[in-house]
Amino acid sequence: MSAAPTGRPVAVVSFAQSPQVRREDHRNEVEMLMPVVEEVFSRIGVTKADMGFVCSGSSDYLVGAPFSFVSALDAVGVWPPMRESHVEMDGAWALYEAWTMLRAGDVDTALVYSFGRSSPGQLPKILALQLDPYYLTPLWPSPTALAALQARALIDAGRATEEDFAEVAARSRRQALANPYAQLSGDRAAEELMKDDYVVSPLRRHALPPITDGAAAVVLAAGDRAAELCPRPAWITGIDHRIETHALGARDLTTSPSTTLAARGAGLEESAAVDVAELHAPYAHQELILRQALGLGADVSVNPSGGALAANALMVAGLVRIGEAAQRIMDGSATRALAHATSGPCLQQNLVCALAAGTSSGGR
Amino acid sequence: MTEATAGDERVAIMESPIHVDYRFTAGLAQSRFLKGLSQGRFLGQRCPRCHKVYVPPRGSCPTDGVPTTDEVELSNQGTVTTYCVVNVPFQGQSIEIPYICAQILLDGANLAFMGLIQEIPADQVRMGMRVEAVWVPPDELGPTMASVRYFRPTGEPDAEYESFKEYL
Repeated sequence: MSAAPTGRPVAVVSFAQSPQVRREDHRNEVEMLMPVVEEVFSRIGVTKADMGFVCSGSSDYLVGAPFSFVSALDAVGVWPPMRESHVEMDGAWALYEAWTMLRAGDVDTALVYSFGRSSPGQLPKILALQLDPYYLTPLWPSPTALAALQARALIDAGRATEEDFAEVAARSRRQALANPYAQLSGDRAAEELMKDDYVVSPLRRHALPPITDGAAAVVLAAGDRAAELCPRPAWITGIDHRIETHALGARDLTTSPSTTLAARGAGLEESAAVDVAELHAPYAHQELILRQALGLGADVSVNPSGGALAANALMVAGLVRIGEAAQRIMDGSATRALAHATSGPCLQQNLVCALAAGTSSGGR
Repeated sequence: MTEATAGDERVAIMESPIHVDYRFTAGLAQSRFLKGLSQGRFLGQRCPRCHKVYVPPRGSCPTDGVPTTDEVELSNQGTVTTYCVVNVPFQGQSIEIPYICAQILLDGANLAFMGLIQEIPADQVRMGMRVEAVWVPPDELGPTMASVRYFRPTGEPDAEYESFKEYL
């Protein structure tokens, strides 16, 4: 059980992100990361010397450079030697690894960072490489084509309409107007969005995520150290991640049982009682699936940052969800929050992180 | 189905060609270095904290994790810290074997990079040998390491081992 009520409480105590942009044309990964790492430290007055562990998330496939995560460490500086790890996944999973380290009690603090440049390569082809290599990859389906199958299944099941997708997109990008890091924002009504052309039916342009380059970083701290570093830490009361089968045809794409399981593992009840939820739903219809899988009520503020429809740097957008949710606890605008990260086609793998304000004893 | 199995022709191998193109971003510091090469110059960057000079620069000090902002023009001359004599032919080889591939520490730099050594028999190259860059003609200079044709001995006395032992 990943969220067993043992071990020390762990909290997010700092969060920073780069401006999320369509294309980082001039900076390399290290140059993108350095200001973000600097900011996540300076916000709480620490340096890398204060970090007991460093964990990063990224994918070499995105930039076509083997071991790019090793050279990215130049952004942190690795002398004297430090304990360091990497996951070839979104930074949300790097945070999960750091959380287990802190729970185990070996270290009190951890830096988690991720970087993702979706622009240098041929993204649809790169994402097809994560599919079943015998029957699916050779067909080279684009992620949008696969998402469209899911959206179509949702419509056929009578669970949503194209207008619902447009409503999600309109709301997300309107909320993104208040997010200075967002790549895509705007105030266009759903009725107007419905005039967009289809990219792959039933998904119109507005229901797709932007292609984004970006970076993000989080500092985690355990027990008393968290309260020392941050006046209002965002305690991780539970975190869990679950995965569904590789075979798309064997899944009911209209539901997300792995999200529901992860939410239970993270200690969330059937109707998640949270003030705010940051959901990693790259395609508009996926927010509807996630809302149902998590049992979110109408009173929950969903994706106040604009979510992945406003910026979707691969390997980064999930960690940004945790950072955005935690930020709202740290700044006092929320007391309980939920963050979600996804990976794989059609919400194949899902991580749920429950966060709450309160004293360290409030963290499980 | 019956027909396919009747012959017992099991599929053991399948081919699935993969080709992906990328657009490479050198980065700000490395772009400065590459532009320097097109002017026949080696441009490095210095760490403001430990004062080490990196060439080629990546924009950060890998030890301190801080941006390297001071640009430093380095000498055309340097020292062979270590080397290897290539005797094995391979596909796409453009230089006649045997040839010398060396780590070269430019004067004033704290990072060695790989370079080709010419104008000396392969069995006479040595650690500590002083070398200088030979550039392509000015009209052939470009933002690429190919702007440096090779390094050749300067004829100076060899550098003391102590002066480059940190860079092997």
